[in-house]
Amino acid sequence: MSTEVALLETDKTETAVRRSALQRLLKDPQAVITIAFLLLVLAVGLLAPLIAQHGPNESSLNAVNAEMGTPGYLLGGDQSGRDIFARLLYSIQTAAVSAAIGTGVACAVGLTFGLVGGYFGGRVRTVIEWIFNLIMTFPGLLLLIVLMPLTKGDFRITMLIFGVLLAPSIYRIVRNVTAGVRNELYVDAAKVSGLSTLRILGRHVMPVVRGPVIISGAFLMGAAINLQSGLAFLGVGSTEVPSFGAMIATGFLNLYVHPLQFLWPALLLGASTASLVLLGNALRDALEGARPKPAKLGSTKVRRPKAPVKPGDATSLLNVTDLTMEYPNPAGEPKQVLKGVSLELRAGETLGLVGESGSGKTQTAFSVLGVLPPEAVITSGSVLLDGRELLDLREKELRQIRGKDIAYIPQEPMSNLDPSFTIGYQLVEGIRTSAGMSKAAAKERALELMERVGIPNTRRTFDLYPHQISGGMAQRVLIAGAVASRPRVLIADEPTTALDVTIQAEILDLLRDLQQEMGMAILLVTHNFGVVADLCDRIAVMRHGVVVEEGDVMQVFHQPQHPYTQKLLNSILDETQLREDPETLVVTGKEQQ
Amino acid sequence: MIPYILRRLATGVILAVLVTLITFWLLSFSFTGVASNILGPASSPEAVEALKDQLGLDRPVLVQYFDWLWSALRGDFGVSYFTSESVGKAVTIRLGVTLSIVLVALALSVVASVFLGVLAASKAGAVDRIAQGTSLIGNLFPNLLIAIALVVVFALNLRWLPATGFTPFAEDPRRWAASIAIPVIVLVINGVANMSAQIRGTMIGELQKDYVRTLRTRGISPRSIVYRHALRNAAAPALVVLSLEFIAMFGGALIIENVFALPGFGSFAFNSSLQGDIPVIMGVTVFSVLLVVSINLLTDVINGWLNPKARLF
Repeated sequence: MSTEVALLETDKTETAVRRSALQRLLKDPQAVITIAFLLLVLAVGLLAPLIAQHGPNESSLNAVNAEMGTPGYLLGGDQSGRDIFARLLYSIQTAAVSAAIGTGVACAVGLTFGLVGGYFGGRVRTVIEWIFNLIMTFPGLLLLIVLMPLTKGDFRITMLIFGVLLAPSIYRIVRNVTAGVRNELYVDAAKVSGLSTLRILGRHVMPVVRGPVIISGAFLMGAAINLQSGLAFLGVGSTEVPSFGAMIATGFLNLYVHPLQFLWPALLLGASTASLVLLGNALRDALEGARPKPAKLGSTKVRRPKAPVKPGDATSLLNVTDLTMEYPNPAGEPKQVLKGVSLELRAGETLGLVGESGSGKTQTAFSVLGVLPPEAVITSGSVLLDGRELLDLREKELRQIRGKDIAYIPQEPMSNLDPSFTIGYQLVEGIRTSAGMSKAAAKERALELMERVGIPNTRRTFDLYPHQISGGMAQRVLIAGAVASRPRVLIADEPTTALDVTIQAEILDLLRDLQQEMGMAILLVTHNFGVVADLCDRIAVMRHGVVVEEGDVMQVFHQPQHPYTQKLLNSILDETQLREDPETLVVTGKEQQ
Repeated sequence: MIPYILRRLATGVILAVLVTLITFWLLSFSFTGVASNILGPASSPEAVEALKDQLGLDRPVLVQYFDWLWSALRGDFGVSYFTSESVGKAVTIRLGVTLSIVLVALALSVVASVFLGVLAASKAGAVDRIAQGTSLIGNLFPNLLIAIALVVVFALNLRWLPATGFTPFAEDPRRWAASIAIPVIVLVINGVANMSAQIRGTMIGELQKDYVRTLRTRGISPRSIVYRHALRNAAAPALVVLSLEFIAMFGGALIIENVFALPGFGSFAFNSSLQGDIPVIMGVTVFSVLLVVSINLLTDVINGWLNPKARLF
């Protein structure tokens, strides 16, 4: 029963998604114009026998090189006395049939084997993979020409073979998508509930695969038409078949005397293939959402009235006042993420910034560092470092501060190291940027730092790549990089969350030691009250983009003022209580991990 | 490393054998046509049979194939039915012409695509739109139309460049350059359209990764982040696109060479296929398969070197 409901629901949402994709498509002028044009061309082509006054190969001596507008010859005649207008119309049919066969075969073959290969894996996939690699190795065009005696010049058979040659591109897309979907939980659920493989493929995999296949279908149609015209231009195939390529070839010979004979087929061919490409692009936008937009590095947008705080107001090392920041939601309307955050970090202290995920902790940290994503806009507030307004600084000026005065330790160590450069290289580059040392001196400093943060065998590790070290080691490397220039403010964004429990404590100890040694202030973003109790002097509690409570750790722990803080503190697991109730123990024991 | 390359080469040889076997089998259906082609339209059926016998075309297909394979393995690809040229030699000469066009076009495409792709990905706004628009032009129109348009403008009207023909480099470098200029431009327009969009996409993806943010917090300059870190990470996927483009250009050369009457691999393959010059067709097939196989192998080896995780040595 429950699966039935679930299936019904996916069906509903799926239809909704489909409809909205169609709506988006119909709102896009690029799509509407290209579809309208292609349909018009197709309709005219199909109606050729009714519209055209002559057959495509019917030649008449009177019409040899006839001018445009000759009665019965709207666009004139070619050098064999054939009606150019009629030939154009019949050429559309040839192009449409080519596109349909080529794309149809490519999609049918690619889709079938992609679904099977992606879903089953193992030996089945190995064999299919091998066959498609073989197809890709075939010198395609050459094969088409070699097979001419076999195909007897019939372009339909040529297109059939071309479709097989194009199939690998569809196969790859479908295989990847299918293999991805196969591992999704809802497919597992469908399997467990006893749905047959065919039904799973039809219901769950096809909807995901459909979009990418439709998109490449549009491009493949263009490719098929191109190829057919190219071959016809070269004179491959029957001369009886009217096609753009054959018309262009005839017109090309006559280019000087009667340039228009060449122009018409070229225009129609160009407009058709261009429409298919533009339609493909529009389909991609509609079905896959807008493609990623590029962004200039370091363009944190600040759009706010004059700074509300006078520099004299700053009493602490870092003052964040009334910081408001928003992101546009998918519809383009601004959505506030930070709603007036105020914080202060005093020299040498550790401030814990806590709150549930989504409360804006990390966004606050990024705002201070000036590394927000390009969509983000800061709409009000101020960030003062030593009384200097950071939000007014340009990227170039900020770069002087980053790495020197403010440093950053990320949450996930692995993704924050560049996988293509050695650890040593990355440390040396950072040190040289902030301290302007020679290469050799920077290397010495890097080795010292690595030693200091507890990396064993520093000279060997120096030459290793990030994937060759453990997560804990990678985090030590990132800490070494952050403290290299003895910053005054260290922003640590959940520095232990991604690490094993045993390593977490070591990393926290390291941070504490480094802080005592260098006297830096730490802004510690975390959701773990244990870490706060262990390391912090003060605490700021965030919720829904505002700081609801800020104060001394002990004071907040013992007398939380805000109801949200009380709720958070109450939700900390009290083990003595839990042990009385075995049922709860099981549940919370899992949560604790 | 060496065992890996040897294994890949062995697979390549097996592939080449398979592809040539299939090609030969398909060709076998038109052996009679080939023989009458050689003798001309007025030949008697008896003469055709006699010629088939003489060429050995009447033997079982597999026997003929293995006969061919055995000679080919020793480097003997036979002689053309029509010109009596040695196939191995003829193919290498034509291959040189095509490679000189494709490699020049590829090199120019790479430079232009990296430039446009990186610029589009890192500058955003108007620069991005211009770069994307430029690359779209190549996608919109078939090679054939672009080629003819360029011939009409630069060769026929302006008379800056020869419309057809080829001058070997050794003969006269300047005329060589002029003779391949239009074909190269056609391939470059298409190549840039395909590659710059890919590089742009990969670069945008790289620039949104976590390590870029962390580098920025270290005060590293945008120039180093874009051109050293992100571009280095985007290089591996770009290389795959490059190898596909190389193969595509090689295929595209077939039409281009015919339009410009260049004595390259493509037009050679085309003409021998029309004639049914079996030894040449087989030679052309072997060389193109080996070319594709070596390109793919080379791509994987360079890729392994570029990506530390996949590094094989």
